[in-house]
Amino acid sequence: MPIAKTLYDKIWDAHIAHEDEDGTCLLYIDRHLVHEVTSPQAFEGLRMAGRTVRAPHKTIAVPDHNVPTTLDRAKGIDNVESRIQVEALDKNAKDFGVHYYPVSDIRQGIVHIVGPEQGWTLPGMTVVCGDSHTATHGAFGALAHGIGTSEVEHVLATQTLIQKKSMNMKVQITGSLKPGVTAKDITLSVIGKTGTAGGTGYVIEYCGEAIRDLSMEGRMTICNMAIEGGARAGLIAPDEKTFEYCKGRPHAPKGKDWDRALDYWRTLFSDEDAHFDKVVTIKGEEIAPVVTWGTSPEDVLPINSKVPAPNDFEGGKIGAVERSLEYMGLNPGTPLEDVTIDTVFIGSCTNGRIEDLRAAAEILKGKKIKEGLRGMVVPGSGLVRAQAEEEGLADIFKDAGFEWRLAGCSMCLAMNPDQLKPGERCAATSNRNFEGRQGRGGRTHLMSPQMAAAAAVTGKLTDVRNLI
Amino acid sequence: MEKFNKLTGIAAPMPLVNIDTDMIIPKQFLKTIKRSGLGANLFDEMRFDQDGKEIPDFVLNKKAYRNAEIIIAGDNFGCGSSREHAPWALLDFGIKCVISTSYADIFYNNCFKNGILPIVLKPEEVELLMEDSKKGENARISIDLEKQIVQSSEGIEFSFEIDAFKKHCLLNGLDDIGLTMEKVSSIDKFEKSYQEEKPWL
Repeated sequence: MPIAKTLYDKIWDAHIAHEDEDGTCLLYIDRHLVHEVTSPQAFEGLRMAGRTVRAPHKTIAVPDHNVPTTLDRAKGIDNVESRIQVEALDKNAKDFGVHYYPVSDIRQGIVHIVGPEQGWTLPGMTVVCGDSHTATHGAFGALAHGIGTSEVEHVLATQTLIQKKSMNMKVQITGSLKPGVTAKDITLSVIGKTGTAGGTGYVIEYCGEAIRDLSMEGRMTICNMAIEGGARAGLIAPDEKTFEYCKGRPHAPKGKDWDRALDYWRTLFSDEDAHFDKVVTIKGEEIAPVVTWGTSPEDVLPINSKVPAPNDFEGGKIGAVERSLEYMGLNPGTPLEDVTIDTVFIGSCTNGRIEDLRAAAEILKGKKIKEGLRGMVVPGSGLVRAQAEEEGLADIFKDAGFEWRLAGCSMCLAMNPDQLKPGERCAATSNRNFEGRQGRGGRTHLMSPQMAAAAAVTGKLTDVRNLI
Repeated sequence: MEKFNKLTGIAAPMPLVNIDTDMIIPKQFLKTIKRSGLGANLFDEMRFDQDGKEIPDFVLNKKAYRNAEIIIAGDNFGCGSSREHAPWALLDFGIKCVISTSYADIFYNNCFKNGILPIVLKPEEVELLMEDSKKGENARISIDLEKQIVQSSEGIEFSFEIDAFKKHCLLNGLDDIGLTMEKVSSIDKFEKSYQEEKPWL
């Protein structure tokens, strides 16, 4: 009688190239995504040891964190260190013969948007990248997670990763979402419930009707933030939506290979009796549009709430909340809907895809952003940008008063020119609200694209349901 | 990678929970193409004000802790980004060991790749060491990796668990890639049958 396996168990078992007695495995890696920030030392390490990239055809590189998003970026990168890093990736990609989308290529963009867009990410794969939001690719039923630079070097040299298996965690979102509630609200609400360490030591599988109902882009938003809940990886079992998304993409299998792949992909689900070490259930109907108020992704509240007080919490969190409130310049008891913002950022690997832009445009159509507010829409890739222009979304953003940028990580993290000044407060569709993330002293409130668009119109954190 | 066996040093208390890797090394310092030199920017935004002047109250700026080799930290140390620049910055500053109740996964693994020992102890044990470390230069804490023991400045001992393979690599300063290359025939064999089974990959 075969043991019931979870999806994670199945993918893990299919990739063991070697197993030690103590359970430490060499896990074979199907796709290695690379960007300019966490790879220079890895490639340098290879050179110094006289090693090559074992599987350059399975290695895909693209610069995204440092690149400017302004229209004049073809002239070059002003910041010397950023330029050096991007040039290092240009050189490394060429020297080691890996697939590469340079800044000048229309397919360039945020690595976790480009991978799926180009059909590099497929169900059942192991996918790694020197970036914690690699978890995004789990939306395809792939085992995808972030790695450090030393591990990047290890994968380049051996196409394997030294890993011990994590435990299985199930996050069920039952029922259906109410209007105005999105994938971003689901993923933030999960972290609000489990905390930023709730998933540590686990791989999460997201399931339930509300998950099934999501589009592939919605599923990518969900999995993207698995790491913010502590889980290295998040998975969603593939289904017809997944196969439809992959079909015909440049690097997806074709012809007979497609049929063979499809047969295999249809086996990628957790068996009915499979054991999960931890289960969290949330009712879809009970999820409201949320925002973060503090400096941790777990500081989540429905928009109609008030800023909490330190004594609403316990233990070490009390001191952390005191610190957060001071950093964020917020007083306990203030209704979140009274908090004024001065900047809006729509983009990032969490919410920089075409559906996110459509959703934001829907709210902004025929409206203007609040006077004095600075707004930026940064599409996740050159192709997303082109599609948004074709659909007239770019015009809606520009007419509303937003800056319409080129693709890159942009204001998610202040490694490129798109930054907050100290004390500025931003409604952002990105994934981290840590101190200084968007710029030293910058204050970040995370939310969905619709909620960010609503905040742009009113100049305050706003319940998007009042505008639809 | 440097070997780690025994360490006796000053421990700096950092009781804040959820210290994330953006705090440990802010993103502007990720632009380096080297592994070294980040010690100067460790905890930058907590350590220096906007004009670059030291913030006197920050623990690592205090005289007693400027040469700290150990950090006693609040829960979930190292959460957030996977940047290995975080352990690089710690190491370059001189920190060789962190003691907490819990760590984020990726940060935990990254430590071992760089010869830093992250120790997991129970909450009451971390609390005792946190109090101990507040004595500053008078509190030297000792770690023995071979015996898996932490000793407070007053000789109170706590034992800790650690993965045997990780311990072995740390004690011997072993390079991961070199170790894996010894198993390359297993990788070759796996790859061959894998490609036959799944030719679309």
